[in-house]
Amino acid sequence: MRRTAPAQWRSFTAVVGLALTLVAIGLAIFGGSLAPFDPFATRFPALQPPSAAHWLGTDDLGRDTFSGVLAGARASLLVGIATAAVAGVLGTAVGAIAGYFGGLVDDALMRLTELVQIVPRFFLAILVAALFGPSLVFLTLLLALTFWPTTARLVRSQILTLRQREWVLAARAVGLGEIRILVRHVVPHALGLIIVTAALQIGAAILVEASLSFLGLGDRSVISWGYMLNGAQPFLRVAWWLSVFPGLALVLTVLGTNLLADALSAVWDPARRRAVLVA
Amino acid sequence: MTRYLIRRLLEAVPLLLGVIALTFVLVHAAPGDPVRILGGDGGDEAYYATMRAKFGLDRPLPEQLVIYFGSALHGDFGYSYVQRRPVFDVIADRIPATALLMLTALAVSTLLGLWLGAVAARRADTPPDHAITIATLVGAAMPAFWLGQVLVLVFAAGLGWLPVQGMTSARGVAPGFDAAIDLVRHLVLPVATLGFLQLALITRITRNGLIDVLHEEYIRTAYAKGLTPATVVRRHALRNVLLPVVTIVGSHFGTLLTGAVLTEIIFAWPGLGRLLFDATTSRDYPLLMAMFLVASLSVIVANLLTDIAYTALDPRVRLT
Repeated sequence: MRRTAPAQWRSFTAVVGLALTLVAIGLAIFGGSLAPFDPFATRFPALQPPSAAHWLGTDDLGRDTFSGVLAGARASLLVGIATAAVAGVLGTAVGAIAGYFGGLVDDALMRLTELVQIVPRFFLAILVAALFGPSLVFLTLLLALTFWPTTARLVRSQILTLRQREWVLAARAVGLGEIRILVRHVVPHALGLIIVTAALQIGAAILVEASLSFLGLGDRSVISWGYMLNGAQPFLRVAWWLSVFPGLALVLTVLGTNLLADALSAVWDPARRRAVLVA
Repeated sequence: MTRYLIRRLLEAVPLLLGVIALTFVLVHAAPGDPVRILGGDGGDEAYYATMRAKFGLDRPLPEQLVIYFGSALHGDFGYSYVQRRPVFDVIADRIPATALLMLTALAVSTLLGLWLGAVAARRADTPPDHAITIATLVGAAMPAFWLGQVLVLVFAAGLGWLPVQGMTSARGVAPGFDAAIDLVRHLVLPVATLGFLQLALITRITRNGLIDVLHEEYIRTAYAKGLTPATVVRRHALRNVLLPVVTIVGSHFGTLLTGAVLTEIIFAWPGLGRLLFDATTSRDYPLLMAMFLVASLSVIVANLLTDIAYTALDPRVRLT
């Protein structure tokens, strides 16, 4: 069997990942204005299969599915990226402080991390959405509050080895404060790891948001792919296009960010070249 | 081993208390009267008065927390006004169906994942390996509920090979062998839906683990003894990959449970998922909180079992 060079295969997946991610980001920014119709406008015949007028058909209320798929990118990407960013900052702070200062601080923070890690985020999100009402901002914060432990643990283990390095000692000898050493000199060395983890969490957060919207617990004032899939379920057997296209958009977006994370980890972390699939 | 078990069980207690405390905080932070949340919507005034007294809602917060802990630890998760039964009974009824679905999916995906991972590792960087890699990447990017919808479209609604939903046929099937076949036919699509993500994870971990192991010297020794490649992988290499596989299965238990819930909704499987869906639409708060606690507890137990599995699989791991 012909063997491809691993490097060649890797750059192929990296390019695919980057392309998919860029398309998704492009849709998130411009999708709404590219859409031929208002995704909420109910002025077309209901449940039309894909045609020249409606490329991806229409739903039970006569809304254009293609417009929905284009406009729905924004909610998914926004939740994904915002969750990963907030979780990344929070996780880095906790992991860096725990790893660098050690002792009781480390113990206390790690127990907290363990507690948060066992909380099943999907079930918590359902409970919170039911109690407080669904909102995109709220959901993002909640997801960020459940995603940070992964980052914290990885950063902590990285910091544990970094703090033993001689340049840390040198910085201390020069008279720099501990916080300054940590923020300016130690944490930047863990940046690759932090960014890779965040990239993986974008996809994971997008999937949770979609699952909640699918259960009808998403923000119903915003069009999203999960919202469209929720609407598709009762018409599965009569209108396949309602389910297939929004789902495909979702899969390609998450695949893109996962591939990108994988490629980034090869750049920053060649020893551990293979990223874990799901954060 | 016994001492280790006792220590781990003791360590789980604060985790459990933490999760219970979290629900307590949520109930009090949520808008509206806590008694509506603890007691559920739809009760009458007399019922709410009883609930107020029971949870001591007129007393100071710390005292309420103690009362709340007390009833939760006794397995008293409250009364579902929607279902008109204690929440504990409602949940207990649904666990077997969910457990059947989850365990079958786990067993199938583990066996298949080890096999596919071994196939990919032995042919690393060839077209079959790339095909398997792409499939696992797509699998990991796919929401369970969408995969379920697509499988229904193709195999049930489209080709008509398998039932669209349910756990048994509505029309009576003769008990015994026919009933078993009927159950298996109903299981195929839900198991495929739920198992796919697991399969993707296990295949990937197995492949990567094997590629590392296959360069070890004892593998060369095994080949030198004249063993066939299949035997070398099965007897010598695969064993060393089992630990990371167990880790991934254990640490993704929450994901598996979430997947099960979503899968059950697609296929109208009579387990916890359907219950969760009904509970969210009817705002059955006691039931939702209990489901959250049960899910947390099962994750704690899964983590414990994962650690125990380590010792069974690798004698070098000594649990102290």
